Parts: sequence; structure tokens; C-alpha cells
Amino acid sequence: MQKGERSLVGEHAFVVACAAAVFLPILLLVFLFADVFIDGIARLDWQFITSFPARRAGEAGILPGLVGSVFLILITGLCALPIGIGSAIYLEEYAGRGDNVRRDDGIFKYYFVRAWDRAFSPLIEINVANLAGVPSVIYGLLGLEVFVRVAGFGHSILAGGMTLALLVLPIIIIASREAIRGIPRHYREAAYGLGATRWEVVWQIVLPSAFPGILTGAILAISRAIGETAPIIVIGALTYITFVPDCLHSDFTALPIQIFNWVSRPQREFAVNAAAGIIVLLFTVLLLNAFAVILRNRLQRRL
Amino acid sequence: MTISSQLNAPHSLDDDSSPGKVKIRAKNLVAGYGESNVLKGIDLDIMANEVTAIIGPSGCGKSTFIRCLNRMHELVPSAFADGQVLLDDTDIYSPSVDPVLLRRRIGMVFQKPNPFPTMSIRENVLAGLRLTRRLRGAAADELVERSLTGAALWDEVKDKLDEPGTSLSGGQQQRLCIARTIAVEPDVILMDEPCSALDPVATARIEELIDHLKTDYTVVIVTHNMQQAARCSDRTAFFLLGEVIEYAPTDDIFTKPIDSRTEDYVTGKFG
Repeated sequence: MQKGERSLVGEHAFVVACAAAVFLPILLLVFLFADVFIDGIARLDWQFITSFPARRAGEAGILPGLVGSVFLILITGLCALPIGIGSAIYLEEYAGRGDNVRRDDGIFKYYFVRAWDRAFSPLIEINVANLAGVPSVIYGLLGLEVFVRVAGFGHSILAGGMTLALLVLPIIIIASREAIRGIPRHYREAAYGLGATRWEVVWQIVLPSAFPGILTGAILAISRAIGETAPIIVIGALTYITFVPDCLHSDFTALPIQIFNWVSRPQREFAVNAAAGIIVLLFTVLLLNAFAVILRNRLQRRL
Repeated sequence: MTISSQLNAPHSLDDDSSPGKVKIRAKNLVAGYGESNVLKGIDLDIMANEVTAIIGPSGCGKSTFIRCLNRMHELVPSAFADGQVLLDDTDIYSPSVDPVLLRRRIGMVFQKPNPFPTMSIRENVLAGLRLTRRLRGAAADELVERSLTGAALWDEVKDKLDEPGTSLSGGQQQRLCIARTIAVEPDVILMDEPCSALDPVATARIEELIDHLKTDYTVVIVTHNMQQAARCSDRTAFFLLGEVIEYAPTDDIFTKPIDSRTEDYVTGKFG
């Protein structure tokens, strides 16, 4: 068997195609970043970060947008993470375990558990996946009705944060479920064998091991939420405010909205402002992600 | 005392441990998954402070049987079990018995060594208690040393108790799992093929350990290695297709089996 008898052309072509598929988008992204950077870096200074929007581009700043985005993320995280992780725990550890209930445990309990496992649990599972694909403006409409009107929060940062929490909830649930599912069965068995209750197994064995994966889900969720514009516009985020949100019920704005507002102005100086704003947005996302990744790596090393 | 309080009362290692006493009695135990029966009516007496080995070809129900003894079997979806299993005259399948508390009296060591990955050696040994109640300070240190000594692991790890449990070799990990089990101070230790993932040297050390364990605990060991059963156990039960074919002192099973199927299996004609 001589070397070269196999056709290596196909193999090489495939490798080249794969490499191109990876590098071309990255190149495009680098090009875009560089463009934004060149436009905006000169404008980026302490005055820009600490000022409010103004009629004159030279005086305008991004403070309310920055503070608004940070607060929004905090509210989103505080709302979505407990519910999302809790749902993932329920779906993975508690749901679908009803096969062992028998008629003599109680007729009502028997039929209820069977109905739950056969009908409702699958319904929840299918819908979580669907919800991840719903367009974000629909979440805005939902938030408008439920949080702004019915719950009476008004056009507040609380309503905005909770709407974004709904938006990212499916992402957190799916990522957390994958993380929990990845824990091998024999660790749970060992814990049960020692006489642990189901909650003790979840809280002390499963969750600590699944934490890096859950953190990944949180990173993805935050990155998605911070860039979402449509839902918070529907909620009623303002585009020109001269104060920093100081309580949960205050009006607010966010970085993407501020950037969009500047981009749509005709003056050239506002385009420069927009570029600087984009840099701030990207840097904030990078910072949040870096923090979470470092935390995850620290935890993963222990495993 | 009510049934459940008998099972939940703190247990001292001295009572119920005279040789010749029945520790666990299975009466017409039927078990399986979904539609299929794996165990077809098992009647077996496990004697206190002895090592009982369960042998048989794959699929004969050995693992299912042992998992029924500490009610781990029912954790599998669609699993069922009928019949009685008496632990010191209390039926563990009666509705008033809490399986969680039962598993603190009947511990289990699994085939694949599985120390908890997020915990150090010390935390692993204490895991059983941390999962149930907290223990601190000097009492905890003393229990860690006692359990690791009981598992013949103390000398090897006493200087590195804060290292992760997974940093040990396979045989050491399995002994750590045994230490973890005995830290909870059970009456009975069930072992489901504890050495099948280990090399011969580690296996020999664990077999030696099993011999020491029977002074304080009742041991039931499932093994597909007949020589191991012959080396370690006092009594052996031969399972085939969900039934006990023969149950006798180990020497008798291997030198003068009564049933021809036992003889065929033990001499290697099948299995």
C-alpha cells in the first residue's frame, strides 16, 4: 500500500473549508470591532461615561444607559436564576419519578401522579424548548401587559428587569438541565446509599458538581439580556433621560437604546458617540463574562 | 416501640450480633422492572456477623436482590418489589418504615468507586453524616480516623486529608467509599461487585478488609468471581434466573454441591 494511493485532495479540501468557516466570521467580527474602535476610542473618556445625554454631542454621555443596563442585569439575574435553576432541578430530579406510586398508596394520588407524568410534565418540557425560540418583542408585549399594567409596576426598571428575566429563563433552564443531567448516576446512588433524602442529594451532591455548567447558562443568559432592545422599548424605556434610576419604580434607559438613539441622529458627532457607546457595551459584556468564566474555572479545577 | 422507631433508634454494635442469629430474612421476595420479573420468589436468611456471597451468571438477579435489601431498587423508575424482607424481625417494606433511615442501617458499596468529586477525603468520610446531621471539631476528626482505620486506609492518607477524594488510586478510592459507609455506623454492609473495577493487588487488600469487617458488621457481597467468593465468604448462595438454587456454607457449595446446576456453574461448565 503506497502512500498517496488514497485521494487526499478531498480531505484537504474539507479541512480548508472548515477552517474558512471558522476564520471568516471571526475576521468579519474583528473588522467590525476595529471599525467601531477607530471611530469611538477618541471619544471615550471619563466625561463620556459620567455625563447625561445632551443636545450637543460633545456634552452627551452614557451614564444613565450604563447604570440602567447594570441594574437591569442585576434584576434579571436575581429573578431568573433561582426560578430557572429550580425548574431545572425539578425537571431533572423530581419529575417523571411517579412510576413507583401504586394504587394502594391512595387512589387520588395514584391517578394524579400518573396524569402529571404522562401529560403535564411532557407539556412543560416541550414548551421550555419552544420558549427559547420566541421572538424577543413578544416577551416585551407580555411584560407590558403583565408587569406594567396588571401588576402595576408602570414603565419601571423593575418591569424591564422581570421581562428580560422571562426572556432568558428558557436559556437558563436548558443549560442547567444539561449540567445536571451530566452528573453520573453513580454519585447520586452513593448518596442515596448513605441514607440521604432526595433534597440532600440535590443540594449537596448534584448542584455543587453541576455548578460550572449552570454558570455557563447564566453567562449566556446575561449576554443575551444585556443586548436586548425591542422588549424594553415596548416596556417603555425612555431614550432621553437626565437622571440615573434610583429605585425599582423609576423610569430608565439602557445602553442599546441609547446607542440606537445616537445612531439615528443626522449629525456626524453623534455617530462617534454611538461608536463609543458600543465600546462601553462590549466592554461591560466582556467584564461580566470574564468574571463568570474565572469563577467557573476556579470551581472546575476542584473537580 | 413502633416499627419505625425500632428501625430509627440509635444502634449499638453489640446487640443482635451473636453468630448464628439471622440478621436479614427475605421471604418470597419478588421484584422486577415494569412487566418483567427478575426475582421470582427468594427465600434467604443472611446470618449476622458473617460474610455471605451471592454468585451466579449475568442476569440472574444478584444485583437486584442486593438492592432490594436496602430499598435502592425502588429508586429506578418502573421498579417494583413484593414480599417481605425482615431486618431483625422488622419488615423493611412495611409502610411505616422510612427508606432513608433504613439506608443508614444498611450501607452499600458499589462496583465503581465513587468518592464525591467536590469533596476532600475528610469531607468524603463525613459525607454520610453531613448528609444527615452535622458533626464538628474533635468528634469529627475522631470519626474520620476511626473510619479510615476501619477501612485500612488511614496510614496512606493521614497526611493528605484535605486533598480531593478523586486524587487517590482506584483501590484507595474504593476503600474510601468503604470508610464513608462505615462512618454512618450501619449494621449491614452490602457490596455489589466491589472489586471488579480494581487490579489484583487492590482486590486482595479489599478481600483482606472484608474479613476484618465481619467482626463488627454483617456483610453481603455480590460477585461474579467465584474464586473471590471461595476466599472471602462464610456462606454462599447460588442464584440462577431469579431463584436461589442452593445456599450453604461456602466450603460445601464449592466442594460438594447438591444441585447439579450449582455443580455445573462452579466447575465452569456455563456462566
